[in-house]
Amino acid sequence: MKSCTPYCITTGPAGLLPPAAACCGIVLPEKGQGLVEGRLVSEEAALEVMAQELLSRKNPTIFPGPLVLWAWKEGVSEKAASVLELAEEIPGVRIIPMPDYRPIYPKIDPEAVINPCHPNLTIWYNKIEVCVFVGVHCHFANITLRMIRAGTNCYTITLCHSAGHEDSMASLPFCDVEQVRALTEAVRRLKRQGLRPRHGDACGIQLTHAQQAVEAGLVWRPA
Amino acid sequence: MIKTEKQRVVTPEYLFFEAPRTRSYITGSEAANEAVRRGNVDIAIAYPITPQSETMQQVGELYAEGYLRDYYRAEDEVGAFAAMSGASRTGVRCLTASSGPGLMRGLETVASWPGHRLPLVFLIMCRVINAPLSIQPDNLELGYMLLTGNVVLHAENQQDFFDYTLAGFVISEKCEVTLPVAVAVDGFFVTHARGWVEMPSADLKLPARECYSEAVPMIDNENPPIRIARDAPIQKSNFISYQMHAAWQQEIQAALERSRQWITRYLGGLIEVVNPGAETMLIASGSAVSQSREAVRQAEEAGKEVGLIKIKSLRPFPGEELRQACAHAKRIIVPEFNCIGWLNREVRSTLYGWVDAEIADGPRVCGGITMPTEMILEWVFEGKPL
Repeated sequence: MKSCTPYCITTGPAGLLPPAAACCGIVLPEKGQGLVEGRLVSEEAALEVMAQELLSRKNPTIFPGPLVLWAWKEGVSEKAASVLELAEEIPGVRIIPMPDYRPIYPKIDPEAVINPCHPNLTIWYNKIEVCVFVGVHCHFANITLRMIRAGTNCYTITLCHSAGHEDSMASLPFCDVEQVRALTEAVRRLKRQGLRPRHGDACGIQLTHAQQAVEAGLVWRPA
Repeated sequence: MIKTEKQRVVTPEYLFFEAPRTRSYITGSEAANEAVRRGNVDIAIAYPITPQSETMQQVGELYAEGYLRDYYRAEDEVGAFAAMSGASRTGVRCLTASSGPGLMRGLETVASWPGHRLPLVFLIMCRVINAPLSIQPDNLELGYMLLTGNVVLHAENQQDFFDYTLAGFVISEKCEVTLPVAVAVDGFFVTHARGWVEMPSADLKLPARECYSEAVPMIDNENPPIRIARDAPIQKSNFISYQMHAAWQQEIQAALERSRQWITRYLGGLIEVVNPGAETMLIASGSAVSQSREAVRQAEEAGKEVGLIKIKSLRPFPGEELRQACAHAKRIIVPEFNCIGWLNREVRSTLYGWVDAEIADGPRVCGGITMPTEMILEWVFEGKPL
């Protein structure tokens, strides 16, 4: 008789083509729960892990998707503001958008965007070891997360507006302004309790070269 | 005022479980039609083929009465299913239907729906697909549907056809699913025969599709999956990466897995088990379940307890449920209405290494003939070759 052991979603590289976590018995959390490395936990426990990882891993980066980048419906601006509030609490954090899902010819500029066709390029180029997906449509988030787990050592966090993501290392479903603010508060609490952030010397949000150029009014051309 | 606007929107939970129901003695075609009436469907497109035509003719009457917002007969199945793709991408609730050869004609499009993450309901009234030409029931076509990435539910009777169709709309449109749901039924045995069906009031309907809460953005010619339909083959490595293609294929299977919880919630599980402790278990889907129920009763009269596992969902397949339900079994028999035994293959690959039971290679009928209960009992009592 066969038996099986629970599948865990840990940081990669997991190999050429790791299986979809949903096909390995990992189920999505209910409202009020979170998912950490494939295990169902309380929302508070998930937030605690997310905060810890964001402060302690190298080059934390937030990847906002179209659902928070564009004020397409009521409440989105407020949610976007809450994401910025979170960013301001993570020393050394960068914000690299996934503005849409178009294939980019002939190759992406990894400082400017993350793209679901080659998400690993952005992770590798910027040496990102922890990231947050927020506002990305679930289909594209899922395939991107699987590719990141396949080829990089990045710890993936998802703040999902819908049912959550089995393929991220930590996931919170039905995540609205309240949950984003709760994560921000968890980050603040850990710092108050003495956790020294990995990039404690950096202040605020770090602009990429592309963003610096744009801020300076220059036309940015990737190398 | 058109009739759909007079209906009251209620939650799926209320419509499925709480609303008072009344019994009607109707055909399977009429049962599907009544589900569509309560489904808040925006558009229905199909091409006629027996035995599907009757349902879609009736759905046409629903359109005339004002329950649907649009309805037309396509030029053929390729046209009908392609139109479904376009309609679903725009975010409206969609219905189509076909049978045997018509399904096979449009199969390429049907197999593309899941990858494009298109919620819709596809009714399949099974019939013979291979020569010699026949319009009789035979569910060989479902063997092909199992490979497409669609959710595939197999209804046993008129009541199932009503319930599965209505639930299909909701399951299909869940964000984490966002897949087409095929609701299959064996033609004529169910579509053209009457049975008791309990239904909530026709004054109630499902909420409209929430297209902005799904896994992909609605129609947008600059973004995949829409752009994939427009551009060159996606295998081109400078279009999307091979790895993205692989992850995308995996995502279809992952979405199928996520539909389990909704099938369980709305249909009471992926399987139903009768006489769970019996050493001999029948495993069946569709009309073969009804024949097996009667065989179980007759076996009991003859002094032998026989169990039955009704498989409601073929995709996702109830692997874990079957392993548990068959853990104690000594003999497993799989009655089917097709010559290749696609369910038998599923059962064997699911249970291989997990149970000690012998799995019989039949019984099967095909070409449209029915399965006498005596045929099942022969396999139960005489132990036909394994």
